[in-house]
Amino acid sequence: MNRLFQWFDARLPISSFWNAHLAQYYVPKNFNIWYFFGSLALTVFVIQIVSGIWLTMNYKPSAAEAFASVEYIMRDVEWGWLIRYMHSTGASAFFIVIYLHMMRGLMYGSYKNPRELIWIFGMLIYVVLMAEAFMGYLLPWGQMSYWGAQVIISLFGAIPFVGPDLALWIRGDYVVGDATLNRFFALHVIALPLILLFLIGGHIMALHEVGSNNPEGIDIKKHKDANGKPLDGVAFHPYYTVKDLVGVAVFLFFFAIVVFYMPEMGGYFLEKPNFIPANPMQTPEHIAPVWYFTPFYAILRAVPDKFLGVMAMGGAIFVLFLLPWLDRNPVKSIRYRSNTFKALLAMFVISFIVLGWLGMQPVTPLLTFMAQFFTILYFGYFVALWWMSKNEKTKPVPERITR
Amino acid sequence: MSEQTVASPSVDEPGVDLRRRRFLTGAATVVGGAGVAAALVPFLSYWQPSAKTRAAGAPVEVDIGKLAEGQMMTVEWRGMPIYILRRTGSSVAELAALDGGLRDPQSEVDQQPAYAQNAYRSRTPEVFVAVGICTHLGCAPTFRPDVAPADLGAEWKGGFFCPCHGSRFDLAGRVFKGVPAPTNLLVPPYAFLSETRLIIGSDVEDKA
Repeated sequence: MNRLFQWFDARLPISSFWNAHLAQYYVPKNFNIWYFFGSLALTVFVIQIVSGIWLTMNYKPSAAEAFASVEYIMRDVEWGWLIRYMHSTGASAFFIVIYLHMMRGLMYGSYKNPRELIWIFGMLIYVVLMAEAFMGYLLPWGQMSYWGAQVIISLFGAIPFVGPDLALWIRGDYVVGDATLNRFFALHVIALPLILLFLIGGHIMALHEVGSNNPEGIDIKKHKDANGKPLDGVAFHPYYTVKDLVGVAVFLFFFAIVVFYMPEMGGYFLEKPNFIPANPMQTPEHIAPVWYFTPFYAILRAVPDKFLGVMAMGGAIFVLFLLPWLDRNPVKSIRYRSNTFKALLAMFVISFIVLGWLGMQPVTPLLTFMAQFFTILYFGYFVALWWMSKNEKTKPVPERITR
Repeated sequence: MSEQTVASPSVDEPGVDLRRRRFLTGAATVVGGAGVAAALVPFLSYWQPSAKTRAAGAPVEVDIGKLAEGQMMTVEWRGMPIYILRRTGSSVAELAALDGGLRDPQSEVDQQPAYAQNAYRSRTPEVFVAVGICTHLGCAPTFRPDVAPADLGAEWKGGFFCPCHGSRFDLAGRVFKGVPAPTNLLVPPYAFLSETRLIIGSDVEDKA
């Protein structure tokens, strides 16, 4: 057995890869609960890939058959309901995990030098994930699927000059139709998952090049023992593989509760109008995207101008890419930053959540005003951060991890 | 794992014509790049509406004989909802009074055929034809002929209200100021084949 392994190891970098990324990859010893969400995101990714492949075995990507084929999976295919609920719950779970993962980065300054590229990779993953979720949402061909896609594709129509032709090109028809559904299926099951896989690879490779940040924001590579092992680090395997497995177990516990007892999550994970087949002649009285898009949707609706609204929505995502350069304070962790920073971050989180709620509500003058107010706060975070972080009064950061 | 290195021509090796190498590299890049660009054409054009889709855009005929005053009907053309509305004489007369609150009361933006660029945005004052797709983000606006309903305010004289983002249009599909939709509703090419028969998607009047 050992000789067989030797034979392979001489021809494939198995042990060197194992050591470089697991057994001799040193990670700060002080990770807290916020550090579970990276491995959980990977867990959800695997769940989505596996359940997705299974769903394609019975799904029909045509306007005439899509809705019925999803119902067929739900009612007639053995265990089809479970596979489909795993996939639909997985979509929302993905965003819950990713949002918490990003929140960790905001709190502990994980996007800062030297980890800017990790953050960029992460943002690209987030954007591709949104495209992936959006295209997947069209596939059941319900009313929300249809009109959600119609609205989002029309966003591209707001681009000056080329907009209308671009929207036509994306749809492949004058309105969302069979051609749109079929190509979204192709992108959803092949193209975007492949891109995601590459981006996740880049994200992890960039991370392993510079090493993980931690809740203290202290660089563990500054203090090493005689063998070059960081004094405040522990090997990823077995210490964090075991810890992450506990996280996965707890996550799957909650995941299973949702899958089995509340797969629609009161209309948040699976929206009620989506149980009506798509009708291109009639928009539902109230349309709203799935919860994970609603903050940006609220920003879109807050601006009473088509082009500027689309710009504001795109800008709300794009500005996150610039975060490593907007935050000019070298101190990473929130634990050693000023109260002003803590207040700003709290303001940002609150405005994101309130915008998320507003994006689900019908349009009224009061709510539009609220959406405008919180849109200003959302963007205000980045402006204020750039302005205050230069001369921020921070606490001294310890040399070593002691807590 | 052998330690020997394969002899590769390095830049400072004597006898290497660097200009020639640079030229060949550049030429290969340009020719290869042109090939990739050419290959992009079929891959990108593949996404355009197919011949079948374009053919499905043929004109449709509609019988509007049963459409009563104040009523609206919806037909499908190119997969899009087409609203056909027979306006009452009084609502036609009221259109001009709304001009002040509209973004483009004279229909200067090219959202209609030339014969519909008038005060009614239609061939005849009563019958109004428009694509029922909001010019904001493509929802189908709701026909709201009721005057001054509670949710739309006392100023409302009847028109179209988009439930998605609150855009408002009058009974000629003209957009109000202060709503997200930038332009008036699109008027498709259409023509009267007779008093009661319309053709949508064609400008030709006497095709019957």
